[in-house]
Amino acid sequence: MIETENISKTYRLGDTKVRALRKVNLRVEDGEMLAIVGPSGSGKSTLLAILGCLDVPTKGVYRIDGQEVMRMNERQLAAIRRKKIGFVFQQFNLLPRTSALENVMLPLYYSGVSHRARQAKAMEALERVGLAERAKSHPNQLSGGEQQRVAIARALVNEPAILLADEPTGNLDTHKGAEIVAIFQKLNREEGQTVIYVTHDPFIARHTRRIVSIQDGRIVRDEPVEHPLAAGTPRSDDILGESLSTTVEEDEEAGS
Amino acid sequence: MNPFENFRIALRAISANKLRSGLTILGIVIGVAAVVALMAVGQGATSGITASVEGMGTNLITVSSGGRSFQRMAGGSATSLLYSDYEAILATVGNEAAVTPYYAGMASVKNGDRTASATLTGVLPNYTRVNAYSLASGRLITDQDNLQKSRVVVLGATSAEDLFAGLNPLGREIQINGKNFSVVGVLEAKGSSGLTYQDDMVLIPLQTAYEVVFGAQAKSRGKNTVSGIALSAADADQVDLIMANVEFTLRREHSLTLTEDLPFSVSSQSQMLASLTNISGTLTTLLGAIAGISLLVGGIGIMNITLVSVRERTREIGLRKAVGAPKGVILFQFLTETLTLSILGGILGVLIGWGIAWGVSSAGLITTSVSSEVVILSLGMATVVGLIFGIYPAYQAASLRPIEALKYE
Ligand SMILES: Nc1ncnc2c1ncn2[C@@H]1O[C@H](COP(=O)(O)OP(=O)(O)O)[C@@H](O)[C@H]1O
Ligand SMILES: [Mg+2]
Repeated sequence: MIETENISKTYRLGDTKVRALRKVNLRVEDGEMLAIVGPSGSGKSTLLAILGCLDVPTKGVYRIDGQEVMRMNERQLAAIRRKKIGFVFQQFNLLPRTSALENVMLPLYYSGVSHRARQAKAMEALERVGLAERAKSHPNQLSGGEQQRVAIARALVNEPAILLADEPTGNLDTHKGAEIVAIFQKLNREEGQTVIYVTHDPFIARHTRRIVSIQDGRIVRDEPVEHPLAAGTPRSDDILGESLSTTVEEDEEAGS
Repeated sequence: MNPFENFRIALRAISANKLRSGLTILGIVIGVAAVVALMAVGQGATSGITASVEGMGTNLITVSSGGRSFQRMAGGSATSLLYSDYEAILATVGNEAAVTPYYAGMASVKNGDRTASATLTGVLPNYTRVNAYSLASGRLITDQDNLQKSRVVVLGATSAEDLFAGLNPLGREIQINGKNFSVVGVLEAKGSSGLTYQDDMVLIPLQTAYEVVFGAQAKSRGKNTVSGIALSAADADQVDLIMANVEFTLRREHSLTLTEDLPFSVSSQSQMLASLTNISGTLTTLLGAIAGISLLVGGIGIMNITLVSVRERTREIGLRKAVGAPKGVILFQFLTETLTLSILGGILGVLIGWGIAWGVSSAGLITTSVSSEVVILSLGMATVVGLIFGIYPAYQAASLRPIEALKYE
């Protein structure tokens, strides 16, 4: 379970201040699957980095399973990142000139797992994303979708409580994007994995059970999805139109 | 995280980035090889000079004509060192030192078409002992040879080779200024010294030199002259005393007062050694400075590679932190990686430097010597240089928050 209490993040660029997050309150239970949406520059990545303990808020409290992250020292933070969080980046961030298997093994180096067990676990994680047969390939030999699946396997390998993904489909075409979403859904449904991903694409967001909308660093809406889309559902104008129209309506309600 | 595990990660990072690793190593290799090779040349030259001076005979004192003043050049009457000076010196210090005079001059020394490039030296029997030569085969010049002005010759190892090209010279004849001499002995080689050609030697009896070969050329106002007188003190502590006695005797013989310049030089081997060691010490320091600069250049090379790869490495460090690597472990890992590269480069550098030194030696240029101090010093410096340039950027990267390191441009 993760919980933020009035977290704010302000970047200072010389004299100007950029308020990327303003008093964000968010609570996510174990086993949830949710999407964070919002226009570019609204603070989605900033929020996700804080949730993943890759960054710290300027103000506010962030708790993971009741533990206050801001009070932790370097070593404890590293342990949290290692044990509780799996992070998937839009840019994949795989080590170049290093095989898929070795990339997936990376987090295990720091977990005190024996070499044999590391290989077995990494192989298992690759199987979960359907890439076992590409274990020996290097990132430059893999397609974008495959690279992102390797990155997901790496995020999964330590069996984290929470899987966080920042625009995981942002660099992929529709078809490859659907594959990634399918993996997330399967993990969530079959294994109860908590999944939070950021997207600016309402269609991708509708594959989850909850959508949190951010604008100008504030949460402007947080609502369940009645009928989450199954991965592979064709992107029809109807669905998109429906979700967009609701967005517009509710925005007007909120404004009035 | 045990050290072995760390070493494994470091090796993977090294082998995954062969070009980067290779370039990093190259900087260290060049620096260390330069240090080792240059210092080997410097130290080799030093010890070669020292050995050659020592090889001239221990406790050696040499007296030669041509002292501190330039009377000959100034057109004043030449003061020659005389055979009678030798007799006077022998009478004075004969109990404390072996004394031997010699007359050296240019002469044609041939065996048929073959020529020896040595000067011809007329000697007494103890010449070889005073100058620390030993006999390889045959016999030395004897008193009998001198009395009888025999036409016999003893050859240095190189001269024997020049004249006989491997044949046994004993009992054969050579021609000195067209006169036949028979070879009675060959000296043991002293080895190359870098200072003098110690094995280019053609020795004949001194009296034969005066009477048969040089004649009037060796005389000054009707008296036999000598080119020099060598003394070998029985006791090293007595060298200074003997030198004073020799100077005193020479002044008396040539009727010089104490205030007049002595037209001869009286010098000891230790004086010579001191000044030569001084010169070659300066040389070694100079070479060392050049070598130090190469190591610095190597260090700058490493720094450049590190700076070029710092963007990629910063992102890598960010990623490692993001997947839960503690800062300490990352730094230890980079330490291991840099140490491995530095030591590898250092060892390669030592081997290459050694190879260059060996090449210089076997090309016969100069006998080099690689000292363990230089090896340890250059390895140490390479490691320090590698550590500074490898660890500092890693430390900076590991101090960033993961998200900053990942976004690093
Ligand atoms: N490191 C940074 N320094 C300064 N400003 C930043 C930094 N990172 C993000 N911002 C700013 O914070 C705001 C939110 O950024 P971000 O969280 O990346 O938005 P999103 O992911 O929704 O596009 C933007 O205005 C962005 O320019
Ligand atoms: Mg973003």
